Amino acid sequence: MALTSQDIARVANLARLELRPDETEHTLRQLNGFFALVEQMDAVNTEGVEPLAHPAAVLGQVALRLRDDVVTESNQREESQKSAPAVERGLFLVPKVIE
Amino acid sequence: MSTDLHDLSVAQLAAKLAAREVSSVELTQHFLARIENNAGLGAFLATDSEVSLAQARAADARLAAGERTPLLGVPLAHKDIFVTRDFPTTAGSKMLENYRSPFDATVVTRLGVAAGAGMVTLGKLNCDEFAMGSGNDNSAYRPVQNPWDTTRVPGGSSGGSAAAVAARLVPAATGTDTGGSIRQPAALTGITGIKPTYGRCSRYGMVAFASSLDQAGPMARSALDCALLLSSMAGPDPDRDSTSLDLPALDYATDLIATGAANTGTAPLKGLRIGLPAQFFGAGCSADVLKTVRGALAEFEKLGATLVDVSLPLTELSIPVYYVIAPAEASSNLSRFDGVRYGHRAAHYTDLTDMYKKSRSEGFGDEVTRRIMIGTYVLSHGYYDAYYLKAQKIRRLIAEDFQKAFTQCDIIAGPVSPTVAWKIGEKSDDPVANYLADIYTLSSSLAGLPGMSVPAGFGEGGMPVGLQLIGNYFKEAQLLGAAHQFQLATDWHLRQPTGI
Repeated sequence: MALTSQDIARVANLARLELRPDETEHTLRQLNGFFALVEQMDAVNTEGVEPLAHPAAVLGQVALRLRDDVVTESNQREESQKSAPAVERGLFLVPKVIE
Repeated sequence: MSTDLHDLSVAQLAAKLAAREVSSVELTQHFLARIENNAGLGAFLATDSEVSLAQARAADARLAAGERTPLLGVPLAHKDIFVTRDFPTTAGSKMLENYRSPFDATVVTRLGVAAGAGMVTLGKLNCDEFAMGSGNDNSAYRPVQNPWDTTRVPGGSSGGSAAAVAARLVPAATGTDTGGSIRQPAALTGITGIKPTYGRCSRYGMVAFASSLDQAGPMARSALDCALLLSSMAGPDPDRDSTSLDLPALDYATDLIATGAANTGTAPLKGLRIGLPAQFFGAGCSADVLKTVRGALAEFEKLGATLVDVSLPLTELSIPVYYVIAPAEASSNLSRFDGVRYGHRAAHYTDLTDMYKKSRSEGFGDEVTRRIMIGTYVLSHGYYDAYYLKAQKIRRLIAEDFQKAFTQCDIIAGPVSPTVAWKIGEKSDDPVANYLADIYTLSSSLAGLPGMSVPAGFGEGGMPVGLQLIGNYFKEAQLLGAAHQFQLATDWHLRQPTGI
């Protein structure tokens, strides 16, 4: 099945990306080329096969590791905010969302 | 052979430092000058001589105090995907231009001078944006040139690491490998690199691409040098990375030296069964690469190894499986770049959603955008089962096929890349052509197996060819040992590009 330009617009919105109209056409062509490759997967019989999300599952290291619920980090707010685009009084600034 | 400092291996430099024949400051100055004189290669994204020299002085102080550890005072550089406090971290993206991390990646800390093995950081190395690419032409800053032919790519995504090691601008470098990003650039530039078992090195502080695949590893000129670095890089990081393996790091280098000395002159690899998957030696691989790889395998036979035929029937399927799973994980990981806490924010926007969209579209390059689109699509409602879940099922079959093959052999071997390095720009607008060239590295990544690239000779245009060795889980020492024996018997890894 081939993607349409509506699919591209829908996915771009979900991914919070903005594509220019000429980019949409180009992306559509490239993604359809790519999904032709992906369709090869249909030929594989995967009935009864458990999905493998992570190599840890075959490494036998499946137990989720927990650490003690204690504070291990010191306050590094200033350093963490050094690379922020807009900060005021220790807060990240974003455009107004609630009128 | 010339005895310039930059021609020496990590092991040789460490010995000179330990004997106090050279200081870490002198080494650092020497390599910084070489980096500056070869800036045209584009291997580095950041250097800072003050920071590097301060680290070198600290290493010299440890040496003066009598400390003798295997890497103390030896310089290296990090792929710009590892976050560093003392250097900017861009991940090769405009999104993170001028970003400064408040902390160091675990691998950086473990190798570093403040609390680790004592290596001096010379700077940050160019890479494909967010480690997505096979030619380093997806760097948002500039492409990297291959030192063997500056009109060609060095491979990717750890292309800056590979070019810097091959040009002897650094004795060693770190890289990361999600679908081949250590092995393929190592092959294309004639150096040695190893991707350990998934989870062997901590991912803490590696800018995330595909979390179930990303793995750090060393890149250097020999297996012995890789072993020295890996011994310090690896090991559990239980409080920082929940997927780091609960296995101690081994002293890979001492083992290599011991077995190397014990075996010289005999058939050191007697009993080693090397499996050759038919699917790695088919029509998809160019003749020059096949011939070179077969030549290297004949050398392994001389060393006592036996070659056996094995089958990895889903090799071709590893391409769509990887390019569904990795973008799916990337689309999730890269959602953190929203222009709020760090990274690029657009100058003009109408509201919050518009700010997200404009910031992300301006900050991400074409390939990253494409992969986020693919990932978002395959995870979206109605397509998840057909693509993402299906890919995960085939991923398990691929992992099982490897285990079947490993009942017949100890190590699997084949080419790393179907061709030698191609011309810069040749594939830049053909993503599928780039994806297809990853065929020999993707399956072991999906399974989480360790793999390495070892210089095997030269192909078309006098360009380097790499031999890939894939081991079973946790078998890094076996891979490094086999590669070390090969390098004791051959000199492909000692060949140098001319003019640098």
